[in-house]
Amino acid sequence: MEHSSLAGRIFRGVALSLILIFFMFPIVWIFLMSFQSNDQILRIPPRILFEPTLANYEALISGQLRTAAGNLQISFMRNLFNSVVLSSAAVLLALLLGVPAAYAFARFKFRLGETIAFTLLSFRFAPPLLVLLPLSLYYQELGLNDTYFGIVWVYQLIALPLILWIVRGYFEDISPDIEHAYRLAGHSWREAFTRIAVPLAGPGIAAAGLLSFIFCWNNFVFALILASADKQPVTVGALAFVTASGIQYGQIAAAIVLSVTPTLLLALYAQRYLVEGLSLGAVKG
Amino acid sequence: MARLEINSVSKAFGAARPADGLSLAVEPGEIVAVFGPSGSGKTVLLRMIAGMFEPDDGAILVGGRSVVGAPPERRGIGMAFQNFALFPHMTARDNIASGLRARAGGDDVAGRVASISKLLKIEHVLGHTPRELSNGQKQRTALARALIGNPDVLLLDDPLRNVDAKLRYEMRLELPNLLRRGTAAVLYVTQDYREAMAIADRIAVLIDGRLAQVATPADIYAQPASVAVARLFGDPTINLAEVSPVAEHGMQSAMVAGARIRLGAADGAAPAGACWLGVRPEDLVVSSASTDDAIPARILAITPMHEKAVLLLRLADGTEWLAALPPDAPQGAADDTVFVRFAPDAAMLFDRATGLRIGPSHRLKAA
Repeated sequence: MEHSSLAGRIFRGVALSLILIFFMFPIVWIFLMSFQSNDQILRIPPRILFEPTLANYEALISGQLRTAAGNLQISFMRNLFNSVVLSSAAVLLALLLGVPAAYAFARFKFRLGETIAFTLLSFRFAPPLLVLLPLSLYYQELGLNDTYFGIVWVYQLIALPLILWIVRGYFEDISPDIEHAYRLAGHSWREAFTRIAVPLAGPGIAAAGLLSFIFCWNNFVFALILASADKQPVTVGALAFVTASGIQYGQIAAAIVLSVTPTLLLALYAQRYLVEGLSLGAVKG
Repeated sequence: MARLEINSVSKAFGAARPADGLSLAVEPGEIVAVFGPSGSGKTVLLRMIAGMFEPDDGAILVGGRSVVGAPPERRGIGMAFQNFALFPHMTARDNIASGLRARAGGDDVAGRVASISKLLKIEHVLGHTPRELSNGQKQRTALARALIGNPDVLLLDDPLRNVDAKLRYEMRLELPNLLRRGTAAVLYVTQDYREAMAIADRIAVLIDGRLAQVATPADIYAQPASVAVARLFGDPTINLAEVSPVAEHGMQSAMVAGARIRLGAADGAAPAGACWLGVRPEDLVVSSASTDDAIPARILAITPMHEKAVLLLRLADGTEWLAALPPDAPQGAADDTVFVRFAPDAAMLFDRATGLRIGPSHRLKAA
């Protein structure tokens, strides 16, 4: 690429800027909307310059939504807290179950191994709505309806297959000889797993964990059907902004900004683990 | 001090039988090279000893104690892998110390790491991670890791395979001393016959999952048990000709490409019909003068190789032989007709049907 001409470089710069503007525009626009009142947002033509207001954030954090039709109670902060709890717990559980399972599928050939792995993946094929109706009946019978545990459990349908299949590939990429060498040095099977296999698959585990966190965070239907108001995550809670006196665009924008922030921070933090190719240079062959 | 004993060990993977009734004993302090073409089952044998998979049949004993079924960490085995298998997320120091920490529990780990790395000349890179090491340093780190725990049995799986030629030469000189410092029974897998001959006390030749011959390097070269073994040792490879020797007046002789060649005294045993005649290229003498026991041949090509010259010859019946001559010997030129002779005791006879060598060799010259 060093040989490209000046014109080529300029063209590439312009093209990249256009692409960036195209993809970033909705996010920037939402960010700007979150500092405007509903009247300012609905003004035609829209303006780039406006007097920013923190009213939207204030309303969300205090839980008091002032509309033309009167005051409305919303539990956005509660929803945000639920989202954090549900997604974190679901990913944690999926990692605890999925990483050892992925290792087993990667290292050992056993009866029905491939069938089991594929069945787990097939959970991702079925439309959630198809599963939901029978599931909500079962949940009512079992008393799991409207419990954190029940939702975390159903989130395993999202998180577990993802973690299992991504991490499995990373384990398969690690030369078994590295683990053999560690065992011959006098360490048990368990130590070889925790001190060699898991650290070496670290970038993969981080990527899978992050992805399943995002998928859990963005899930809507499971929580809509299986949880009531005080257990609902932000995705469901956002419905509250559709009020009798119209849609509260400003608050929606502020809610989006607040709910995107945790995943964005997490992704930025995990990024360095994702790009780090730890296994490089370990094995030649 | 423990002897490694392998008793009629077999292993099959589907139709493939990489180990078929293998028996071999390695004494403490002895280096045995397991040598064979690729796919002959060398690595499978090592991995069975190390416990990466279990034999279908037979016993593996370390110091008289069976290790079959024992987990790898309790077998008292050190191993260096062909691909080094270093732990990429640890420094060279931690790689080497990993074995000691598990066994001795912090008993002067630093001191022993320092002494072994000094021996292997890698003290200056102990703080580096594997990806910062050169191949030679990786290989030495892997060796240090295998050696540091003073294992009863040391398994080296083609450790010089992935290092460059110069380093390979140095290590061939260094390794025997290094390995003999301890009392480990050493099994050294290699695909290079020169490496096997340079390093080992004995060589176990493995062909298709069976041990074709176990003997000292000199014996294997001078008295190969079969054609297959003879072909694996020597560069250029041994020359072969189909012959049917006859005995006359107590002397054996055979027709090779139309010339009657003396093969030495008949030892009572009648010649066994169809045979392979084997002659090492360096035992051939090439001259332009005909004698009664010389085989006429035409030079097809000459490859000067500094320390020797290799001649590709075509005998009258179309057989192609190689001759390795000292570079100052008269060689002639391509297309010259020459005459090839060899001393009767340089000839080896192998049964054509079984490939096994017939009769005692008179050859005393070591390789």
